[in-house]
Amino acid sequence: MSLDVRLRHAFGSFILDVDFTAPAGVTALFGRSGAGKTTVVNAVAGLLRPAEGRIVVDGATLLDTARGVDVPKHRRRIGYVFQEGRLFPHLSVRQNLAFGGWFAPRTAPQPDFGQVVALLGIAGLLDRRPGLLSGGEKQRVAIGRALLSAPRMLLMDEPLAALDEERKAEILPYLERLRDETRVPILYVSHTVAEVARLATTVVALKDGRVARIGAAADVLSDAGAAPLFGPTEAGAVIGARVLRHDPDGLSELAAGGGRLLLPRVAAAPGTTLRVRIHARDVIVALRQPEAISALNVLPAVVAQIGGGEGPAVDLSLICGPDRVLARITRRSLIALDLAPGRPCFAILKSVALEGRESGETTAAFRAEDR
Amino acid sequence: MPTLTPDEWQALALSLKVSFWATALSLPVGLLTALVLARGTFRGKSILNGLVHLPLILPPVVTGYLLLLTFGRRGPVGAFLDANFGIVFSFRWTGAALAAAVMAFPLMVRAIRLSIEAVDARLEDAAGTLGANRLWTFVIVTLPLILPGVIAGAILGFAKAMGEFGATITFVSSIPGETRTLPAAIYGYTQVPGGQPQAMRLTLIAVAVAMTALIASEFVARRVARRIRDG
Repeated sequence: MSLDVRLRHAFGSFILDVDFTAPAGVTALFGRSGAGKTTVVNAVAGLLRPAEGRIVVDGATLLDTARGVDVPKHRRRIGYVFQEGRLFPHLSVRQNLAFGGWFAPRTAPQPDFGQVVALLGIAGLLDRRPGLLSGGEKQRVAIGRALLSAPRMLLMDEPLAALDEERKAEILPYLERLRDETRVPILYVSHTVAEVARLATTVVALKDGRVARIGAAADVLSDAGAAPLFGPTEAGAVIGARVLRHDPDGLSELAAGGGRLLLPRVAAAPGTTLRVRIHARDVIVALRQPEAISALNVLPAVVAQIGGGEGPAVDLSLICGPDRVLARITRRSLIALDLAPGRPCFAILKSVALEGRESGETTAAFRAEDR
Repeated sequence: MPTLTPDEWQALALSLKVSFWATALSLPVGLLTALVLARGTFRGKSILNGLVHLPLILPPVVTGYLLLLTFGRRGPVGAFLDANFGIVFSFRWTGAALAAAVMAFPLMVRAIRLSIEAVDARLEDAAGTLGANRLWTFVIVTLPLILPGVIAGAILGFAKAMGEFGATITFVSSIPGETRTLPAAIYGYTQVPGGQPQAMRLTLIAVAVAMTALIASEFVARRVARRIRDG
């Protein structure tokens, strides 16, 4: 499965000109407001006809302006989860969910209603009207409705943007399960790095209507050259780490590719692989193994890449075993320590944030395809 | 309560019949026109809008006269319909229904159009991405949401048809039992000496019918709106 998108479209002086291929799994379409993200998903869904372009999902050509192909939106079979839910107010939750199934072609593999309801935890809402649901519940129903239309792929346009932090935290685990338990590829629009870091297998970073970076999430997020796209406070790498054991003093020990990590007790059984995020601003670089410091997580590393950028700060990509970690240090330190690609050093991690479960299956699938 | 005389019954029954058919037959056309005006983008939309509203701003006598010229026995459309389908409008109750329908049409379209414009078009987009074509989207999403507006438009049209006088009398005159509707009968009584009491009785009937229609429409619209809102 893959999604090929090539689009050219102008809105006044803004020109969208993108060309990318998204593999299976969750592809995050990341960018600041106005980068053209929603235009891309609307074009994929058939809600907007671009001036020029070609969209192919899983071998099916949905749009090809050069050949005059433009499949109407109701025949594209693209499940769209809108930012504001867009549930039908006059239908019950059950009817909203069933809606897509009414029009799905009989030949399409139909997801099981009960399974989708269970996956999203909405069994208790079925007989209610959308008007009486909370924002988080609405979004879960909207996701279920899109899934049950037997789509070729799911589009999610900032599905969490209208929700408060608590509701976001309520939905994210469901999105992870969706990623790991269904085979439906997802194009996930977001301007929030945390969501991208948590969910994405692939990242397409848009800037000013163009693709600025594309690649596996771990690669793009640890790319020193791409760090400015994500912003000084949010840039940071994600790495996978397996839970080894829970220590009695309240810490959990995890094995990352580049060494051991200690985190405050994580709610996962030993053996589980988790995704952790290390903000670039939380990494200190030392040339010698530090002694007698309070930081618990120190990984041996090698400088791989030094990012550009203006101002006093600079981003470094560090190789830690098979993983890459991003560090943000001052230019002055860079010169003082004489850091250059190939130079061994130590990464002192001031904090490591647990992001969620690592999707073993889809990541492996992506890597296999990538090679 | 005093009972109605046969003449009064005749006028009331005829008015109800004329108004019923005028409303029933123009409702689908009105719905379609409202849909086109609310959601369509095409050249000449403002001309269509103007045509629809014409009966509202023209003197009713003018509308009636234009109907006579067009749908009369010797009018182009009237002659054609008579010759090919045996449908005759002039001096028949069908003509009264046509006149009432034309006069009620703008009010009906306006009410329905407003309710369509109040429906979030993004819901229709959502239905499209879920596989529903335009017809199904209309039937399953748009129509239920605009139902209160459609009912209001129908009742408004019916009330206007009940009260239609100028275009009707110009087009089909006032023939007892055929085209003499309630307003025509009231006008007739006011024109003869000693007709005042009958005119007053018919006036009270007209008021009662209008009030009943309005209250019924409020009731139905509110029930439908509540059902849509929270089941």
